[in-house]
Amino acid sequence: MLLFLPPALVLFTLLVALPMAEAGWYSFFRWNGYGSPSEFVGLRNFRLLLDNADFRTALLNNGLIIVVSLLVQLPLALGLAVLLADRFRGTNAYRLIFFLPYVLAEIAAGLIWRFVYDGDYGLLTKILGAFGAAAVHVLAEPDTAMSAILIVVVWKYFGFHMILYIAGLQQIDRTLYEAARIDGATAWQTFTRITVPMLGPTIRLSVFFSILGSLQLFDLIMPLTKGGPSNSTHTMVSYLYNFGVTRMQIGFGSAVGVVLFVICVGFAFGYKRLVMRDD
Amino acid sequence: MTEADSPSAVTVVVHPVFRQAVLLIVAALVLIPLIATALGGFKTLGSLRVDPFGLPAHWEWRNYWDILAGARYWRQMGNSLVIATLTVVLTVTVSAMAAFVFVHVRFFGSGFLLNYLLLGLLFPAATAILPLFIKIRDLGLLDTYWGVVLPQVAFGLASSILLFRNYFRGLPDDLFEAALIDGCGYFGFFRHIVLPLSRPILATVAVITFVHSWNGYLLPLVVLNRDALYPWPLGIMAFQGEFSTDWHLILAFITLTILPAIAIFFAAQRHIVAGLTSGSLKG
Repeated sequence: MLLFLPPALVLFTLLVALPMAEAGWYSFFRWNGYGSPSEFVGLRNFRLLLDNADFRTALLNNGLIIVVSLLVQLPLALGLAVLLADRFRGTNAYRLIFFLPYVLAEIAAGLIWRFVYDGDYGLLTKILGAFGAAAVHVLAEPDTAMSAILIVVVWKYFGFHMILYIAGLQQIDRTLYEAARIDGATAWQTFTRITVPMLGPTIRLSVFFSILGSLQLFDLIMPLTKGGPSNSTHTMVSYLYNFGVTRMQIGFGSAVGVVLFVICVGFAFGYKRLVMRDD
Repeated sequence: MTEADSPSAVTVVVHPVFRQAVLLIVAALVLIPLIATALGGFKTLGSLRVDPFGLPAHWEWRNYWDILAGARYWRQMGNSLVIATLTVVLTVTVSAMAAFVFVHVRFFGSGFLLNYLLLGLLFPAATAILPLFIKIRDLGLLDTYWGVVLPQVAFGLASSILLFRNYFRGLPDDLFEAALIDGCGYFGFFRHIVLPLSRPILATVAVITFVHSWNGYLLPLVVLNRDALYPWPLGIMAFQGEFSTDWHLILAFITLTILPAIAIFFAAQRHIVAGLTSGSLKG
C-alpha cells in the first residue's frame, strides 16, 4: 500500500525540492550552464544584484503592485461583493462577468490590453483623442508604462477576491444585521462595525494571496512590455527571466530566485504566524 | 420581491439605482476590451484605426476564416490540450494515491512526509526555473511534452494532496471498517469506494490543474524551443511578434484562442468558480 506514495515523493523531490536547493547552490557560482558549476564567486552575484539599478526598480515595481492590490483592488472587490451579496435580478450575471478576467490567461489578457493601449489602433488613444490629445503610446513611455500595467493587474484579479468576499459575506449571521437595524445603525456603521470585522479571516486570506501573487507576477508583464521601456517595468520574475534565463546566467539568475524565495517564504511564514494565527 | 421583504444579508442600504450604476460601469470596464477585441478581428486594419470601438462597417470574415483554415491555430490548441490533459491525469492519480496513504495508513514518518510535500505550497515556482531547466535538459526532455508536464505535475502536487486529504478525511470511518470486514483490501477500498465517492473533489482538482496548465507560460517558455510543440500562450506571443502591427489579425487570433476557454467557463461556471476559489480557501 505504501507504494502509493513514491510517485508523489519522487516527482516532488526531483522537480521541486531539489531545484529549489540547487538554486541556492548555483547562486554562489558564475556559470553558463555547460559542464558543471566550477567558478565559485561567493556572494558576488548577490552584491551585483543589489547594486543593480534595474533590479531595484523591479523590487520597487513589485512593491507598487502590492500597494495597488491592497489599496485599490481589495477595496473595489469588497465593495462589489457587498453590492452583489444579496440575490437580485442579474446578480449571477454580474458575478460571472467580474470573474471572467481571472479565468482568462495572463497572456491573453495582456495582449488584449496591449491593444487597448496601442497608440495607433488602441481604445485609450481614441478616448483621449476625443478630448483633443495627440496619440499616446502609454506602454512605450517609462513614465506611464508601469501605471498602465497596474490598471491591468486590478482588472485581471479583482474578480477573484470579490468571489472570496462573497463567500465570506454569506457566512455572516443575518441576525447581526437585524440587531444593527433595530439599534438604528447607519449603513456605514453596519459596514465598518459588522461586515468588516466579521469578514476578518477572509480579508486576511485575500491579503495573503494578493501579496504572494504580486511578488510572483510575470505572465502579465511579458505580453504588455517584456519589462521595457528601458527596463522600467520589470518585476523580480521578469528580471530573472530576462537576465538569467535568456542570457543563460545560471548563477546570477539563481541569485534572483533566491531573493524571491527568501521574500516569499519569509512573508508567508511571518504572515501566517503573526496575522493569520487565529484563523 | 422587493428589498423590504427580504432583509438583506449585508444591509448596507445602498440605493438600487446607485448599485445598478456602479455595477454597470464596472461590467462595462470588464467587457469593453473583450468585445472590442472580438469585433476588431472583423475589421480591416484601416477601419480599426478609424474606429476601434464600433461595429465593423463591413464584416471581414476572412481574418477569422484564414486562421481557422490554417494549421497553426489547431496545432497550438492541440499542444495545449495534450499537455493539460496529461498534466490533469497524472496530477489527479499521483496526488489522490498519496493523500489516501496519508489518511488511511499509519506509518512512521507519515506526518513528516506530509509536511515535506506541503512545503510546496510556499515555494515560488520561478525560483526553481533555472535549475529545472538544467534538470530537464540533463534528462533529455527539452522540447518534449513531458518536459512541461512532469514539472507541472510536481508543482501541483502540494495543493492537490491537501485538497484530497481534507476530503478523504471527511468520509466516514465506518466505510473503511466495513470494507475491510468484507475482505476488501486497501487497494479495492481505494478503487471501489473512495474514488467513486470523491467525484466532487476529483472535479475540483481537475479544474484547477487544467486551468493552470492551459494558461501556463513560464515553464513551456523555458522548456520548449520548437514552435511545432508550442502550446497556445507561446504560439500567440509568436504570432503577435510576427504580425506586430497587423492588429486586426492579432485580435482575430486572440479571440479564437480564448473562445474555447470562455465557452467552457460559461457552460460549467458553477464548477469552475467553486473549483478555482475552493482550492485557495482550503489551501
